[in-house]
Amino acid sequence: MAAVEAYNITHRYGKVTALDDVSFTVDDGELFGFIGPDGAGKTTLFRIAVTLIIPSGGRMTLFGLNTVNNYRELRNLIGYMPGKFSLYQDLSVEENLNFYATVFGTTLKENYHLIEPIYKQIEPYKKRIAGKLSGGMKQKLALSCALIHKPKILILDEPTTGVDAVSRTEFWEMLSGLKHEGITIIVSTPYMDEALRCDRIALIQCGKILGINTPDNIRRSYSQKLYAVRYPDKYKLLTSLRSLPLAPCPMPLAPCSEPYTLSPEPFGDSVHITLPEGTKPEEILKALETAGLPGATITEIIPGIEDVFLELMKKDE
Amino acid sequence: MEREKVIEVKDLVKKFGSFVANDHLTFDVYKGEIFGFLGANGAGKTTAIRILCGLSRPTSGKVLVAGFDANHPEEIKKRIGYMSQRFSLYNDLTVKDNIELYGGIYGMTMKEIRPRTEKLLAKLSFNQYGDTLIGSLPPGIKQKLAFAVAVFHDPEIVFLDEPTSGVDPITRRQFWEMIYETASRGITVFVTTHYMDEAEYCDRVTIMNEGMIVALDTPSALREKYNASSIEELFVKIARQKTETA
Repeated sequence: MAAVEAYNITHRYGKVTALDDVSFTVDDGELFGFIGPDGAGKTTLFRIAVTLIIPSGGRMTLFGLNTVNNYRELRNLIGYMPGKFSLYQDLSVEENLNFYATVFGTTLKENYHLIEPIYKQIEPYKKRIAGKLSGGMKQKLALSCALIHKPKILILDEPTTGVDAVSRTEFWEMLSGLKHEGITIIVSTPYMDEALRCDRIALIQCGKILGINTPDNIRRSYSQKLYAVRYPDKYKLLTSLRSLPLAPCPMPLAPCSEPYTLSPEPFGDSVHITLPEGTKPEEILKALETAGLPGATITEIIPGIEDVFLELMKKDE
Repeated sequence: MEREKVIEVKDLVKKFGSFVANDHLTFDVYKGEIFGFLGANGAGKTTAIRILCGLSRPTSGKVLVAGFDANHPEEIKKRIGYMSQRFSLYNDLTVKDNIELYGGIYGMTMKEIRPRTEKLLAKLSFNQYGDTLIGSLPPGIKQKLAFAVAVFHDPEIVFLDEPTSGVDPITRRQFWEMIYETASRGITVFVTTHYMDEAEYCDRVTIMNEGMIVALDTPSALREKYNASSIEELFVKIARQKTETA
């Protein structure tokens, strides 16, 4: 059985369409990621899933229960971690946990085994008030609170935003552990590299899903060969690639309607480009040399999630 | 030829009570360089940046920013720009009002501000937004504008504190291109980020851990030295190593 089924979810705030006909399913026990920038609609979608808002249109069920009609039963099955730290800042670590346990009619003791791997890392600070915890510790406490009633599904809204790379790695390791306990997890993140940690991902932008697949298949879906070009002066490289006189049109008998561009995009220490059909990578190096950039290098690379995201965004425009 | 230094830090120590937030930091930053400043939360980055911006005094050690030491914070402040992800522009002022406000704070006259504002808006193709309230702009445009405002007065150094958090991939690339362009004009860019792949955009990267600088070099040299395929891998390696021995 699918854990989550969403059909044609649309949501509007006044004239702004936050979600535009979004459909997806999440399998039971899956770790499913929504990857997209601020304003993509991730939070709105999650609030609908956790029964906090009613969508303008469409229907969503979790474990067969409708988020609008069956919200009371559903709330017992959902563990939710909002994007903004929402625990009581003036209660201690332990008090927060006990409070959440009580709200759900359980005790810290009853489900201790479930939160133990996470909670034991902050247990030495259990008397400290939540407002005085570091970012990484707040994150662990919030996850412990979301788990305390042994939910069937965890819905985590940008749990790793603003958290350093080490804490983020640890957090994803915790999620893998919970997945092995059989808990379904839906998580959102603006960090494209974290997509690789999920079973499947949905790329979301401007309220629309651009694609859903396993991270590997998403990367394979890139439509062309991708190359990384390197040169010490990255700015010069970028501007030069943009204006390279790649005059010969790939198909002289059927002239291109618009000039072909390499669509160069800066990617860290290199610039990623695609080539017109028939153009060899060496020709780019030669053209760069003529343009005053001798000794540049070019290598074919496997597209990353972000390359695919960029391609899909451009197509969507 | 010796490269011109715009930031010189030697044995910088900052203590809060018995807690050592910055433990003998020593590094130089050159003119026109894109300098990445990485570290886990609590590693001491913010403390160091506050000192470099003239907002806090070191407990001991030497700090020279744009030629002025920590005893002349007002001179330092005039010569730097600052932008953070959390606070950048005033949402309830228009684009032009914000530019005027920041230009004015940095001591520019209206005579200087007006023509430059027109030029800036034209360059970013934001002409139509001049009288728009910042709050009603899409996040990507806001972010680019915030950066443009931070370098509006042609500072010697601009400090960017997680400037690209949460922006879409296209905007992120346009943003880095603005950074490249700024650096090519000779303005030094000092940037912190949690996106480890962004560290690769920098000319040199420093990694802080527990108040100390544990690595400082070009991204490629660091990857080679630590036998890591990416800065992310390197970062996790270094930071974990440290906490385990602690």
